[in-house]
Amino acid sequence: MSAEEDNGVTVTPPERLAIGIAFGNSNSSIAHTGSDGKPVVIANEEGDRQIPSVLSYIEGEEFHGNQAKTQLIRNSKNTVAYFRDYIGKSFDSIDPSASHASAHPQKHDKTVAFSIHDTSSESPNTVTVQEIASRHLKRLISSASDFLGQSVNAVVITVPTNFSEDQKKELEAAARDAKVELLQFIPEPIAAALAYDARPETEVRDKIIVVADLGGTRSDVTVLASRGGMYSILATSHDYEFAGQNLDQVLIDHFAKEFIKKNKSDPRENPRGLAKLKHESEATKKALSLGTNATISIESLSEGIDFSSTVNRIRYETLANKVFGGITRLIEDTVKKAELDLLDVDEVILSGGTSHTPKIASNIATIFSQTTRVLAPSTLATAINPSELTARGAAIQASLVQEFDVDDIVQSAHPMVTVAPHLHNAIGVLLLSGDASRGIFRPVLDPETPVPAKRTVTFATPREGGDVLIKICEGIRDIKVTKPEPKPKTNGATVKDADEDDSDMSDSDEEEEEEDLRERAWKVGTELAEVAIKGVKKGGKVEITLNVNAELGLQVVAREVGSKTGVRGVVEKPEH
Amino acid sequence: MAAAHVALPLPVLPQGWTAEKDFKPLGKISKPIQRSIEPVGPHFLAHARRKRHHRTFSEDERIQAQENVKKVEDDDDAGEISEPEDPVMLQRDAKDWKGQDHYAVLGLSKYRHRATEEQIKRAHRKKVLRHHPDKRAASGGTEDDSFFKCIQKATEILLDPMRRQQFDSVDENADVEPPTKKDAAQKGKFFKLWGPVFESEARFSKIQPVPLLGDDSSTKDHVENFYNFWYNFDSWRSFEYQDEDVPDDNENRDQKRHVERKNNNARKKKKTEDTARLRHLVDDALAGDERIKRFRTEERANKNKKKNEREAAERKAKEDAEAAKLEAARKEKEAEELAKASKVDAKKAKEAAKNAAKKNKRVLKGSVKDVNYFVESGDANANVVDSVLNEVDAVIAKLEPEELADLAAKLNGKKDIAGVKGIWIEEVKRLEGAGKLKTGDMKVLAA
Repeated sequence: MSAEEDNGVTVTPPERLAIGIAFGNSNSSIAHTGSDGKPVVIANEEGDRQIPSVLSYIEGEEFHGNQAKTQLIRNSKNTVAYFRDYIGKSFDSIDPSASHASAHPQKHDKTVAFSIHDTSSESPNTVTVQEIASRHLKRLISSASDFLGQSVNAVVITVPTNFSEDQKKELEAAARDAKVELLQFIPEPIAAALAYDARPETEVRDKIIVVADLGGTRSDVTVLASRGGMYSILATSHDYEFAGQNLDQVLIDHFAKEFIKKNKSDPRENPRGLAKLKHESEATKKALSLGTNATISIESLSEGIDFSSTVNRIRYETLANKVFGGITRLIEDTVKKAELDLLDVDEVILSGGTSHTPKIASNIATIFSQTTRVLAPSTLATAINPSELTARGAAIQASLVQEFDVDDIVQSAHPMVTVAPHLHNAIGVLLLSGDASRGIFRPVLDPETPVPAKRTVTFATPREGGDVLIKICEGIRDIKVTKPEPKPKTNGATVKDADEDDSDMSDSDEEEEEEDLRERAWKVGTELAEVAIKGVKKGGKVEITLNVNAELGLQVVAREVGSKTGVRGVVEKPEH
Repeated sequence: MAAAHVALPLPVLPQGWTAEKDFKPLGKISKPIQRSIEPVGPHFLAHARRKRHHRTFSEDERIQAQENVKKVEDDDDAGEISEPEDPVMLQRDAKDWKGQDHYAVLGLSKYRHRATEEQIKRAHRKKVLRHHPDKRAASGGTEDDSFFKCIQKATEILLDPMRRQQFDSVDENADVEPPTKKDAAQKGKFFKLWGPVFESEARFSKIQPVPLLGDDSSTKDHVENFYNFWYNFDSWRSFEYQDEDVPDDNENRDQKRHVERKNNNARKKKKTEDTARLRHLVDDALAGDERIKRFRTEERANKNKKKNEREAAERKAKEDAEAAKLEAARKEKEAEELAKASKVDAKKAKEAAKNAAKKNKRVLKGSVKDVNYFVESGDANANVVDSVLNEVDAVIAKLEPEELADLAAKLNGKKDIAGVKGIWIEEVKRLEGAGKLKTGDMKVLAA
């Protein structure tokens, strides 16, 4: 590489080795897509795949990751943690609460800095958050380079959806300082969705996805429309009240109370005790996601007294119910914000470390319909580890764009390319009857599909064949609410006769089903066109292709499957 | 994407459907929403390739394109949460959290129970940015974090749906005092005074939406529905928030139980009082509601009107019946009289006809006598007279009264034999033609 640079040639794309970095506020992950096309999350020297975004300094020596995190107990003043959200922000606009038990952020010009002893000298240095981020990236990249045996020189970094342009700029500068080329920033929820959709067994389907990124200090929920493999964000929300650290706090308070009962002293009152308790509570929380029981033991928690206790999952879930409820409400609110109904959601992706908690996944599964897939380890065996999702997504994107010039990538991400009109209503075909009040609408193009778009669907025809009408119209999504009819008693009796066990089951079901039945239905909107296909064979099928161009003109091609001729027509673009 | 297949059949083409080339455009696609596609994933790269066609885009185009995009990422600062902070409030001690107005602490006092969870979270974040102890220290203030603790406490309570409900239950700042007797006595201010009261009370209802007071033009159904609802009001209001602190479990257990019992009783008492209060309030409103009075008078008027109408209808029916009866009687009488009259007339006519016939007969008989029984000269002998008179009688017997009259008229005044005989012969011929007389019966009159 250097030889070529000497010759005046810049780094050519083939020599790039790009990785994906999920840069979180609490933890970071690195991943690389190998030659087989599968993303692999890389472990650092200590064997951690989730590397705490923490840096700590003792007499000029830098510690990173878990090693640094343990320093929060003894050396909190020289340990920098939870700094990702401070990047590119002024001191007035940051919430320093998360850094309460580590080095405190300070005002420094227009940015934020930390005053830490990062050298062996006596006086503390002021280190800007950009510098810290750069050091953190450097450590991540060196870990990746060690693992891959080649030096990594390009990265794709994931950021939250509310990361501002200024923040991106500063993070880009930090990457530059770390001597890597920043190929692209991608939003965390998109990376998570991509990680699932890029699996070879996944087929491209139009769907509405809710990505719940439940992290350590914040929970972000994003509603996405995935149309033809492209993602458009419909709504986002960010929450700082119901996240992983709030779950830690629940356990901290629980254990602290237990300790007080025995020893009459509150371990939360001295910073070191609190840090120890926090560290171990986090480990206990993680253990409770896997097992139903977890133990905690801390040496010299407070006043030299050791502490040891166990907690079971049910106890924990009862204590943490408030936080779980908050997360569920957050998801409901975000779906509402996207002007959708819970029934519209096809997939829920749980991302971030907190998503390991089984109760959160099962709570979420209950608010959605039966057909909604909740992708979390506790609800789906094939789910990807939620902590690794964003890193994997970033690695996939990195492998896709590493061949490109940076300029090319910038041009591709240009709003002239990314901004596209999205269909407001679905476009589809009326089935069974051509009459708008009796026919059943079947969408061909879903709402929120970016145009230009083209979809093909084959339809059955009446049993005896003959001439068929294709009525193309817009469909408006509607939620149909029906009161459940009280079941006739005779029904239960007959079931009871047939099978004793089954009847018990159905009885209990009936008691639960007192709520209204809600169904997704389509209301017929504007009628766009009518097409006739004449003389369809008995049992024949009709293939309809709808093609909407960028100006919203609609091109219709309909033909009987197997026949060479078909009907073509164009609905002119609207004037608005 | 692979083509999907739908099993439901397409409709049959209706009779008489025609269009050029079998295609008929009907409408246009609705206005789209401008959104940004995320520049991520293989499908996007294909899209970008298609869209770019080796074009480069300028900064201007970037700005223009971005302006049209629907905003999905919301600003942290939505102006609504910037209320001036009361300096007295800033001095509050966090220990006295029960006494603090959590909404005011977060700057949401104009929203109160209507504030959404998102608003609360945002308000909290905004307050934290300003009041975090680190920020205070940076701006040279003291490291006094009591107000920060107040903020944390307020958020803790308002973000927990149960505790928020408990606080909302006793949130006096959201209450609207019902009008005093004096105010209520003022005319024309009823809706202005009572409307907000019910709007504020409505927040306690388990059933939403709550029917509101409405206005002067509300229908009777609405008003009745309103009072029915408020008399059967199902309130979630509870008074846990005003509980006395229960001592920790490691203190005296009896004491703890005592306090719990006391709290329970207090809650129950307050709940009963609250129900009574609301009932009283609705009573007062009902008493002052002009609409009820109006509906009553209207109803009464309506009732009277109905009664009058019914009576009038009855009277009318009665009158009609009587008139009909009279009419029928009259008609009967008339018919009777008519019949009587016609009877007399018939008699008279009969007599007249009889007389006329007699007279005519006389004329007929006279006519032959006048012409001397068709004897040209000298007196007719008795035989001739007899035969002529017999024949005349026979003819007369065959004649109808009208014919008799006709014949009499013809014969009247004729004195010559030929004339009279001619008439008689004509008459006999006519009768023979009609088959009333046999040819040959007549000897004299036929010749």
